[in-house]
Amino acid sequence: MTLTRRDVEKVSLLARLRLSAAELETMTPQLDKIVHFVEQLNELHTDGVEPMAHALDLRNIFADDEPRPSLDRDAALSNAPKRDDECYRVPAVLGE
Amino acid sequence: MSERPYDIVIGLEVHVQLKTRTKLFCRCSTQFGLSPNTSTCPVCIGMPGSLPVMNREAFGLALKTAVAINCHIPEFTKWDRKQYYYPDLPKGYQISQYDLPMSEKGWLEISDPKGEFEPKKVGITRAHLEEDAGKSLHDEVAGKADSRIDLNRTGTPLLEIVSEPDMRSPREAKAYLTELKLLLEYLDVSDCNMQEGSLRVDANVNLHIHNGEGQKIATPIVEIKNMNSFRAVERALAYEAQRQYEVYQETGRTIGQVPKQTRGWDDQAMVTRGQRHKEESSDYRYFPDPDLCPVITTAAEVEAVRNNLGELPAQLRVRLESTYGITPYDSDVIVSQGRPTVEYFVTLAEATADGKRASNWVQQEVLRVLNETGGAISDFPVKAAGLAVLVKAVIDGELDVSRAKEVFNDMVATGKSAAAIMQERGIEKVDSSALKALCAELLAASPRIVADVKAGKEQAVGAIVGQAKRKNPNVSPGEVRAICLELIQEM
Ligand SMILES: [Zn+2]
Repeated sequence: MTLTRRDVEKVSLLARLRLSAAELETMTPQLDKIVHFVEQLNELHTDGVEPMAHALDLRNIFADDEPRPSLDRDAALSNAPKRDDECYRVPAVLGE
Repeated sequence: MSERPYDIVIGLEVHVQLKTRTKLFCRCSTQFGLSPNTSTCPVCIGMPGSLPVMNREAFGLALKTAVAINCHIPEFTKWDRKQYYYPDLPKGYQISQYDLPMSEKGWLEISDPKGEFEPKKVGITRAHLEEDAGKSLHDEVAGKADSRIDLNRTGTPLLEIVSEPDMRSPREAKAYLTELKLLLEYLDVSDCNMQEGSLRVDANVNLHIHNGEGQKIATPIVEIKNMNSFRAVERALAYEAQRQYEVYQETGRTIGQVPKQTRGWDDQAMVTRGQRHKEESSDYRYFPDPDLCPVITTAAEVEAVRNNLGELPAQLRVRLESTYGITPYDSDVIVSQGRPTVEYFVTLAEATADGKRASNWVQQEVLRVLNETGGAISDFPVKAAGLAVLVKAVIDGELDVSRAKEVFNDMVATGKSAAAIMQERGIEKVDSSALKALCAELLAASPRIVADVKAGKEQAVGAIVGQAKRKNPNVSPGEVRAICLELIQEM
């Protein structure tokens, strides 16, 4: 497949990235190259190979329902670009 | 019933918070009402390098529920990332289940004890286990445009139960929700508290309009959100059906001509309102979560879960009806109160060998007092065995129902036994020969009444019943009346 500029516009919208026209110009062929690189996998013959749902051969890994200490609130909020005493602050959520 | 020129087609999505102590993929507490952002960790706020691990209890509760709603449990299930950006979703994706959910193709039977619709099985498309998002708190401070985000709820285990579009009226939708909630309570898998958000309902609804030529035209599907009670669901659906019919008459638009719309229910204004679309948010680009391992559930494990479900509401109703001879309406009232009330009823019915009477006492007296006082039956001062003594005394003719109710009220107020209160009040069975003598004596003193009755005015005997009751409060009015009529006939 070949990525179009429209595809990249859509992906950047979904990722909430605002790309300039120049950036779209540069990134469309770059992303296209990445996709083509991965497409090499299509050359493999997978007839008769069971589809894999997970990279590891592990199953049924559980933890017990026992509470453990959470992060201190200040630590939890420490990476936030904007915060107050209790909460993360974000630009007003639309539509609610 | 089908006076409307259309059928309403309703499917429901219910999110149930499972009753675990910790979150789905980390061990932060799920306790409700904690101070904002005090129950989070690197896993649930999506720090790089953190590793989610499935909560065993959450999976167990989800499995139990899925089996109880008659779902097929595939041997293999896995979790996927559902990507979208929203401020209450710190990882930028929700861990949910996409193409291989833990359960699918179940059903739940609904019926109306008053017979307003035919009993039916509502299909369940799937039930899958996923994590909850955080909460946006609205800033009350004027002039501040920010939203405040509390991530305590992030990662709380939810079971999403998706029904088929099998319901045909708001009443059926409410019956489905009521039955599902009761089942979840019997299973003890969720608090089902809509106010605290541990049970949430979204509805998909459209109309199949009869065009008069034997064809049905489908209107566009609308998803309704923000319904905070089952009553609100019922009202929102009724409103939405009418609205869609009016819009169709105006525009003639049918399904496929407009994209699926989301509308929010406004409980104050009693209307649904269109909500802004999250742009292209339907492109979630699911892929398997590489951090979580799939879960294998064997047929034997499913069987073990099935065998440990206990008796569920539908089976219980049937048992109460067949074993104790009560009506579907009565069994529904009792079962809807929960297991402790059912146990109370069963003890009473067994001890008195009279299911109908036991059902009346539970509904008219025990539940009445509990409704007035707001208490739980487990704390009720009159235990089933104690009430059985009183009801048996009624059956044996030691006192009539109205006096028994007085005794019952005393038992509730004082916590004393039926026997003690009956003794205090001097209640004892009146010997039948003594009763006959009393009646004969009163009749002999009232020739006019005897004459009236003989002339066909049977109700005249009421005066004698009153006199007898004054002479001896223990007499049964019904018995006095019967004896008097018999004596008069012999005269
Ligand atoms: Zn956590």
